[in-house]
Amino acid sequence: MENHILKANKIVKQYGDYFALNNVDLSIPRGSVFGLLGPNGAGKTTLMRIINQIIAADSGEVLFNGSPLNRKHISQIGYLPEERGLYKKMKVGEQSLYLAQLKGMNRFEATNKLKYWFEKLEIQSWWNKRIEELSKGMAQKVQFAVTVIHNPDLLIFDEPFSGFDPVNTALIRNEILKLRKQGTSIIFSTHRMESVEEICDEISLINNGETLLQGEIINIKNNFRNNIFSIEMKTEIDNLSEKFTILNKKENILEIKIQEGSNSKELINELLQKSDIISFNEKIPSMEDIFIKTVSGE
Amino acid sequence: MTILGPILMAALFIVPTYLSIQGLETQQIVVSEKGNFFSEKLEDNELVQFSKIPEMEIERLKKNFGSSPYYALLIISDSNSQNRFTIYSAQHISLSVKNNIESQISKINERKKLEEADIDIEILNSLFSEIEIMSVIIDEQGDESKGSSEMNSAIGFITAFLIYLFIFMYGSMVMRGVIEEKTSRIVEVIISSVRPFQLMMGKIVGVALVGLTQFVLWILLTYSIASLFEVVFMNSNNQSEIITGILSSVGQINLSSIVISFLFYFIGGYLLYSSLFAAIGSAVDTESDTQQFVLPITIPLILSLVMIEPIMNNPDGTLAIWLSIIPFSSPIIMMVRLPFGGVENWEIIISATVLICTFLSTTYIASKIYRVGILMYGKKSSFKELIKWISYKD
Repeated sequence: MENHILKANKIVKQYGDYFALNNVDLSIPRGSVFGLLGPNGAGKTTLMRIINQIIAADSGEVLFNGSPLNRKHISQIGYLPEERGLYKKMKVGEQSLYLAQLKGMNRFEATNKLKYWFEKLEIQSWWNKRIEELSKGMAQKVQFAVTVIHNPDLLIFDEPFSGFDPVNTALIRNEILKLRKQGTSIIFSTHRMESVEEICDEISLINNGETLLQGEIINIKNNFRNNIFSIEMKTEIDNLSEKFTILNKKENILEIKIQEGSNSKELINELLQKSDIISFNEKIPSMEDIFIKTVSGE
Repeated sequence: MTILGPILMAALFIVPTYLSIQGLETQQIVVSEKGNFFSEKLEDNELVQFSKIPEMEIERLKKNFGSSPYYALLIISDSNSQNRFTIYSAQHISLSVKNNIESQISKINERKKLEEADIDIEILNSLFSEIEIMSVIIDEQGDESKGSSEMNSAIGFITAFLIYLFIFMYGSMVMRGVIEEKTSRIVEVIISSVRPFQLMMGKIVGVALVGLTQFVLWILLTYSIASLFEVVFMNSNNQSEIITGILSSVGQINLSSIVISFLFYFIGGYLLYSSLFAAIGSAVDTESDTQQFVLPITIPLILSLVMIEPIMNNPDGTLAIWLSIIPFSSPIIMMVRLPFGGVENWEIIISATVLICTFLSTTYIASKIYRVGILMYGKKSSFKELIKWISYKD
């Protein structure tokens, strides 16, 4: 079996003179959560629409389970678009059944599955309500249920937490992680970097239609380490040798950058000669830092 | 609306008739006259009933008129003056009663004068007989058949108007449906399961089926409510005569060809316009933005409606021929022309072919605009952009 559920090679999509996507590659490992990141207008939505066969790429190929993407794959993909909604006048149950049937499920199977998910998300009592009677968060729960109802191999979530309160965000996040455990591969697109660190295994960062960063979060973070340490001393320290630069100082808490040619061992030795060390941590950049740094081109 | 429509429609026929019947109550009229000349000849009918009283009773009756059982008192005096006839009543006398009495009196008067002048009433009546021209159509074999241009006009107008109504009502229903899917943001969820073209055609066909069901229901319900009413409240003898009359002249028109053409132009016209309406719906965010796009579509429709009358006056003229070939007006105009029987076969073939080709290409173009439009939010599109969208690849 192919290691990657989805592979996109050299995808190009052009609107007039504007390149929405310019030679973008993407490999989604099976059974992982993959973060598709990028600022507004980077081309994420275009890419997700291509994977969902809503639009077609101008050139490049998309392989699903090793074979070129075709209409048969629709029932194996679940998509929660950022611009999402439901028919306002239709009843929750009726509408969910309809959408499940569009994904190729039969009525009986869909009813059972819906009942299971509605119970899980604690929305079973809404079956006969109209969407317009529900609050935004409630409608989002229904929307989540109809996205995952057909048990797809690949789930694509575009900003899945928007419109949820913290309690429901946690509920949905847990469901997403449970789905991953069951072997579902997930593409997760968001601007909220803290949730990326929490649940993603790999990411791809695109901007202006091009891939800027791609890989496992741990590796990316390692690459962005810049030898800055946060240190708390017993007493205040004023100066250090030239191998170390004090970036920031607040009483006895210091932020120190180790210059090239030196290492943390030397730093500790030097610090210990002056005072006792209370804490010593490397400042690992957050995904947010990495995002901003990469996108702004620093 | 499905059920309410026909009820309202039937009410439109029924209520006025019903109210006028409800008002009908036979009124008692007392007549006072010296001699018997008029009072003898006044006839009772469902509106009025006459009875005569002696002259000396008048004063007593007038004093207590309000409590008497009579509706009005008619006094006919001897003199030949203008005010020979006077009606007394407790309330204002109703117009229908007054007219009824007036016409009876004037007829009696007329007869009297004619007799005095020695004129034979039979001869006089024959002078006023109505003349009706019977129109007969001679076909190529020299066979004759009765024609009725009134009936032709009626059939042409009704079928053309139905097509116009259907296109307008259900075309804009398609448009509203598309806008609704776009504003509720369900559209992207759905087109991750079906192709935009399928969604658009599904909408068009679905609305057409809803429309046809509604239409048939309307016609059936309106007809049955109205005819039920007729049976209950009205004397329907002359009704059946009218129907046989209609049927006999309809028999002269090639009914099956009209029904087939009606269905063809009905569906063809709807498909042509509704795909354009769908494209417009996809290009806008709210219904209020549709104005600039809808106008160019509705102009040919309204123009065709306006042209119905001139076309009826000259159903085989150059204008009529052209308008029945141009696909944007042909569904309406051809239906106006067909009952008159002067449409050549080649005209029908060209008109039908052009219509089919046009709706195939408008559907194609509309689907191109549609698939781009439904994914565009918060942007006011112009015609220029719509044309650009057509060239976008899938």
